[in-house]
Amino acid sequence: MADTGNPTGIGASVKRKEDFRFLTGQGTYTDDIKRPGQAYAYILRSPHAHAEIVKIDTARAKAMPGVVAIFTGADYDKGGVPCGWQIHSKDGSPMVEPPHFPLCKDRVRHVGDQVALVIGESLAQARDAAEAIAVTYKELPAIVSTADADKPGAAQVWPDAKNNTCFDWHLGDKAAVDAAFAKAHHVTKIDIVNQRLAPNAMEPRAAIGDYDRATGEYTLYTTSQNPHVIRLLMGAFVLQIPEHKLRVVAPDVGGGFGSKIFHYSEEALVTWAAAKVRRPVKWTSDRSEAFISDAQGRDHVSHAELALDKDGKFLALRVSTKANMGAYLSTFAPCVPTYLSATLLAGVYTTPAIYAEVKAVFTNTVAVDAYRGAGRPETTYLLERLVEKAARETGIDRVELRRKNFIPKDAFPYQTPVALQYDSGDYFSTLDIALKRADWAGFEARRAEAKKRGKLRGIGISTYIEACGIAPSAVVGSLGARAGLYECGSIRVHPTGSVTVFTGTHSHGQGHETTFAQLVSDTLGVPFDSVEVSHGDTNKIPFGMGTYGSRSLAVGGSALVKAMDKIIAKATRIAAHLMEASAADVEFKNGEFSVKGTDKKVPFGQVALTAYVPHNYPITELEPGLEETAFYDPLNFTYPGGCHICEVEIDPDTGVTQVAKFTAVDDIGRVINPMIVEGQVHGGVVQGIGQALLENCAYDNESGQLLTGSYMDYTMPRADDVPSIDVATHNTMCTHNPLGSKGVGEVGAIGSPPAVINAVLDALLPVGVKDITMPATPVKVWQAIQSAGSAKAAE
Amino acid sequence: MPTVKMTVNGKPVSAEVEARTLLVHFLREHLDLTGTHVGCDTAQCGACTVHVGGKAVKSCNMLAVQADGAEVTTIEGLATGDTLHPMQEAFRDHHGLQCGFCTPGMVMSAIDLVKRKADLSEAEIRAGLEGNICRCTGYHNIVKAVQAGAAATRGR
Ligand code: FES
Ligand code: FES
Repeated sequence: MADTGNPTGIGASVKRKEDFRFLTGQGTYTDDIKRPGQAYAYILRSPHAHAEIVKIDTARAKAMPGVVAIFTGADYDKGGVPCGWQIHSKDGSPMVEPPHFPLCKDRVRHVGDQVALVIGESLAQARDAAEAIAVTYKELPAIVSTADADKPGAAQVWPDAKNNTCFDWHLGDKAAVDAAFAKAHHVTKIDIVNQRLAPNAMEPRAAIGDYDRATGEYTLYTTSQNPHVIRLLMGAFVLQIPEHKLRVVAPDVGGGFGSKIFHYSEEALVTWAAAKVRRPVKWTSDRSEAFISDAQGRDHVSHAELALDKDGKFLALRVSTKANMGAYLSTFAPCVPTYLSATLLAGVYTTPAIYAEVKAVFTNTVAVDAYRGAGRPETTYLLERLVEKAARETGIDRVELRRKNFIPKDAFPYQTPVALQYDSGDYFSTLDIALKRADWAGFEARRAEAKKRGKLRGIGISTYIEACGIAPSAVVGSLGARAGLYECGSIRVHPTGSVTVFTGTHSHGQGHETTFAQLVSDTLGVPFDSVEVSHGDTNKIPFGMGTYGSRSLAVGGSALVKAMDKIIAKATRIAAHLMEASAADVEFKNGEFSVKGTDKKVPFGQVALTAYVPHNYPITELEPGLEETAFYDPLNFTYPGGCHICEVEIDPDTGVTQVAKFTAVDDIGRVINPMIVEGQVHGGVVQGIGQALLENCAYDNESGQLLTGSYMDYTMPRADDVPSIDVATHNTMCTHNPLGSKGVGEVGAIGSPPAVINAVLDALLPVGVKDITMPATPVKVWQAIQSAGSAKAAE
Repeated sequence: MPTVKMTVNGKPVSAEVEARTLLVHFLREHLDLTGTHVGCDTAQCGACTVHVGGKAVKSCNMLAVQADGAEVTTIEGLATGDTLHPMQEAFRDHHGLQCGFCTPGMVMSAIDLVKRKADLSEAEIRAGLEGNICRCTGYHNIVKAVQAGAAATRGR
């Protein structure tokens, strides 16, 4: 696989196929779908963080105009929503897995927990009726704090989870780490909070359940990143609908960032209710509802210690983390702080001994699960803050300290002490390129210039690695995954030579319809416009795992390559027959089959036609038709990495931090469409800047109320909060997949937060501020400056 | 129930609606113009932006009856056949959209923005789009698209 110079091929910034429909308002998002006779669902949610449901009186509500049906926990007769990953504690015991019913039976466990489903002729009528439901609650004490959840006296979320502990897990060689610390020259310690975030895809979740009495078939339209996973979880575990009677369609989806991976109970509710009321039932979340029902992200509290020798070489690392699961276990929640987080603690460094322990706790908050980066931003933030602090403490230059400890370019494949084996990378080059593009050398002059204007300027760096394309299935299975993590791809060559591509991945902004068409068009030599990519409908595509963890190209694209290998192998035999040659002598290049050393050739299109009109055809040896499917199970994770540099300017009078410049140099392996790749990095970096400076899910400690439940309170990055971003790549190829691609969806959100905070702390160094928590809001920065000032004055 | 009459994308429409019906729901539910999106419930995100009387308006923040008699343009009314409006074209050329959900509102706001002032700096574009949230693009390419769209609109 190499760039071919083809203007619509691999390596070309082809304009997107999907844009015309989106730009003209013709996208079809779930809420745009109207099924004939559809009724509207409204979900009555708990106003309390923790309470007993004493009584629900629906009599008055049921009599209201336009009410089709009202269901409560007592009516719901199907299963709970399952968790997809099982973690075992240090002592070998399995994690505590509480039941999660779509409608609460006797107790609510977070603000937003589901109490009743109201179905009306219109949404307004359903809403009106919901307001007339009288629920008597007995309020209970609530716990929301990650740090305090396992402390004695904390309110208990689940009877089976003693001290609110879901699991207490560890990884690594504790004895080796303790021994290394014993002989350390210097130990750097840090406490890190990775705050809770709301993913906030701009399209709120929605789901339509539809039931066909004639065939007994159910259809669920849903805002999902992985329709097959939803079909499997909901069909097999929740509603007991066999898969051949259940179709799940994820049409155009307006962003996911992880939050639309999970099987949500609303999906089960509308599907279940559709059969009950014998009408399609549509539910659409509003934004306030999204804040109290979409799985949230991050929420880790950690303590970390790094042991260094006298030259600044890292000897050992130990990390202890508490991870908040929320009130219920969302689909992949348990793997985020464990196998997606702790396994990356080597980072880009040669640290020989690492030990991590992770305690997962239940609280009276919305469930927490994967959000862009899932576990890897948490680890990267912790490591890069720690390394920065070590540099300050030892007096070694922060760039030099990183270089000293980088895994050398010739050390790959590199086995880390925490399970992963990195296949390729070049951290020195991504660092050097980033330093140059960011004009690191010229920074002190800019700092001095800013100082003249009364501003505090700082520069920060992060060098990171992440693991993508989660796999191989056998490995993740042994680590607790209850699913395989391969991907499928089908190539259907039509008689006239055009091609439909079926992929199990799902595009919700990533532009697969374009990228995959480039890959297929270039490989098969058919025009770009003759390739259509189909995804998101379980009735059309083979069983696929969907899109998350930056896996679509590395895993899904590889499946397509495997399917195309089969197509080319078969087509070669057909072509050989047509040219009366031996298949061994036939070559395929630029959409043409030719016999080596002769001028005989036949175009791909003619071979396709012959496959479907097999008049002159090796029919005794070959089946007609030209359509192939492949399932690709990766051999390893992929390891994108790179260097992010951020420059900020702080106004000490207001505490406002302005990002003056951001440079991202990433190693993502083979690139199919550079324009799309850059867009992915831009978006990820701005989410990372959002985490560093603006965003936070704040809960009130006493009442358990979410204080940031709308865009009035939760600060989303807006156009005037962020700068334009300098993006470059320096790519080494993934060595174990046929494309060499590593994945790009998450790098921006992983590398950026520590770069921003390291820059903020660099800016605040002259005024004596040594630590700050995310988000570094103006009030926090201002207060830090004030208290550092009064501490100085007191000295 | 009150009757509303307005011109939407050049076509006269009229319907009986509940008085509380928001303009955005009127467009989406009654007229099936689902290109206008709803991204929030606090008039913060701009996904619902349309033009009313030639000005960008958050249609979630206006009742349908308030638009009685008005000229309304939605994202569906911008292109002429298959020929995109220069701003739409610029968004496509500069990859100013990913999932496409914020896009209709973003394009409608951008058109209004460049109409109000021809020669906008990057900072002015960023400030001008402050009422539209995009979670996908990081705004980088949206800004480039608006710059290009402004130039193309001027040249038209
Ligand atoms: S839907 Fe109108 S501003 Fe968000
Ligand atoms: S393109 Fe997805 S929100 Fe803007």
